[in-house]
Amino acid sequence: MPVFYGTEVSSQLMLGTAQYPSPAILAEAFRRSGAGIATVSVRREAGGGRAGQDFWTLIKDLGVIVLPNTAGCHSVREAFTTAQMARELFDTDWIKLEVIGNADNLQPDPFGLVEASRRLVDDGFRVFPYCTDDLVLCETLLTVGCQVLMPWGAPIGSGMGLNNPYGLRALRQNFPEIPLVVDAGLGLPSQAARVMEMGYDSVLVNTAVAKAGDPAAMAESFAKAVEAGAIAYGADPMEPRDMASPSTPVLGKAFL
Amino acid sequence: MSSAFTILGNGVAGLSLAAELHRRGATIRVVAPNGAPGEHACSWWAGGMLAPECEGVISEEVVIRHGRRAAKWWESQGAELSYNGTLVVALGRDQDEMKTFARRLNGAVCLNHAELTNLEPYLADHFDQALFIENETHLNPRRTLVDLHHRLEQLGVMFTEKEAFEGQVIDCRGLAARDHLDDLRGVKGEMVTVKCDDVSLQRPVRLLHPRFPLYIVPRGDGIFMLGATQIESSERNRPTVRSVVELLNAAYALHPAFAEAELLEVGVDARPAFPDNLPRIRRIGDRIYLNGLFRHGFMLAPALAQMTTDLLLDERQPEDFYEDHR
Repeated sequence: MPVFYGTEVSSQLMLGTAQYPSPAILAEAFRRSGAGIATVSVRREAGGGRAGQDFWTLIKDLGVIVLPNTAGCHSVREAFTTAQMARELFDTDWIKLEVIGNADNLQPDPFGLVEASRRLVDDGFRVFPYCTDDLVLCETLLTVGCQVLMPWGAPIGSGMGLNNPYGLRALRQNFPEIPLVVDAGLGLPSQAARVMEMGYDSVLVNTAVAKAGDPAAMAESFAKAVEAGAIAYGADPMEPRDMASPSTPVLGKAFL
Repeated sequence: MSSAFTILGNGVAGLSLAAELHRRGATIRVVAPNGAPGEHACSWWAGGMLAPECEGVISEEVVIRHGRRAAKWWESQGAELSYNGTLVVALGRDQDEMKTFARRLNGAVCLNHAELTNLEPYLADHFDQALFIENETHLNPRRTLVDLHHRLEQLGVMFTEKEAFEGQVIDCRGLAARDHLDDLRGVKGEMVTVKCDDVSLQRPVRLLHPRFPLYIVPRGDGIFMLGATQIESSERNRPTVRSVVELLNAAYALHPAFAEAELLEVGVDARPAFPDNLPRIRRIGDRIYLNGLFRHGFMLAPALAQMTTDLLLDERQPEDFYEDHR
């Protein structure tokens, strides 16, 4: 099971907590999937103070690790302030850092992300940066003190799957010891399985589950896919070949 | 008359219950510390759409079933209903949202551009197709609340601003009853009202968007209500710039003529909701709580009022939403 900042988590699946039809259905999604971490946004819900408390209490009651995020923050300053608030609200130094660079597709701002990561690490946070799959960006994030990377599969909420499998594989090969999580863009369990088959440590899903007709069933299917992918990776899969190759000689045909 | 009931609250839940109890011959007192219906009630800010089919896409079957009874009940109370149905549209790149919506909703008809032009010409200026749900209705929430309050007063229902607990007490105070209902939470909603004489719509239009579904409801005389955000926060004040920008953007996307609309009002409140976003008729001790109508106040209040009345007068247990914590 994945280990983040020294803490072992009970599942390879993380679930976001936004956009479900109701908190009850959200809770059922966690029950059926066994997801080990719940990410939760605080920026908009906090209002003038702790107005989001009722919902946050429901999240805490799920009995899983809560990973607050800085969703909705478009600047280093906003992200920094939101992280401070999240630390106080949830009594945790873990923060999933989002610094949004484009308001339309919500893609990360790599420059602001590095700066915010540096400041938050200096302030004692354990940062989970939501980043692109750019190798140099990821190297820089590790240099400033992040010990987890959360590259996107595709833009948030798009359900497109893995836009750049090559880039994601390269991250795994370059950082064999760093916990890697694909965050954002997955739409189907098969895509999550593929992430884990690449040797990733975890997958974070929100929209694909929350917006499914039956969110709890979809959460369960993601959990099974993630587990299958992780087992497959551990089982050392065969290398693909460029031609069909019978495993036993075909009777009556000569070997060529 | 021997039955005596005290209803706390005169939002849509309290007034519907008062109307139903009165219709069945009961004597009622309504305690409303803030006076006549107004902005202190969450339902004052409602969209007033009786749209069980559309709401059913993200709600449970029980919401659709009881919601379908609402239009007839409101009409029986003298409310003015517009039987024009609902239109659902999506912007170019969000067309896939329409497919999902259509698949999950029974009875939606897909209109092509010619059909849309015929039905709602201003919408056809910028949209090539729409989903039409014919059997949905809408009402003007504020006029409906004020009229119902006035009618009940005329019929002899006593409204008092002072707290008085006579007979069986039914608490319909929405979020104000939170200190008695520990699993009740607020879900913040913001809305905007604009006046625009350059656009005319005959029915509510829903704009599908992957992150924030929005609707626009024509109120007549060039007035439109844009709603509503849905934020997990119990804050009942402080509408934010981001929310208002989102709502106004949606109106602009629907028709660019909204850019020159006059901004009349920005509203905010928090909807009372239980964890499953379904309402409750809950008995605790000697009090009954009717609460948690979430975003379905006008749609579910009639069914809840009828079931609560059956419980109070006939001791008939409500078929849904009932909890006995005695």
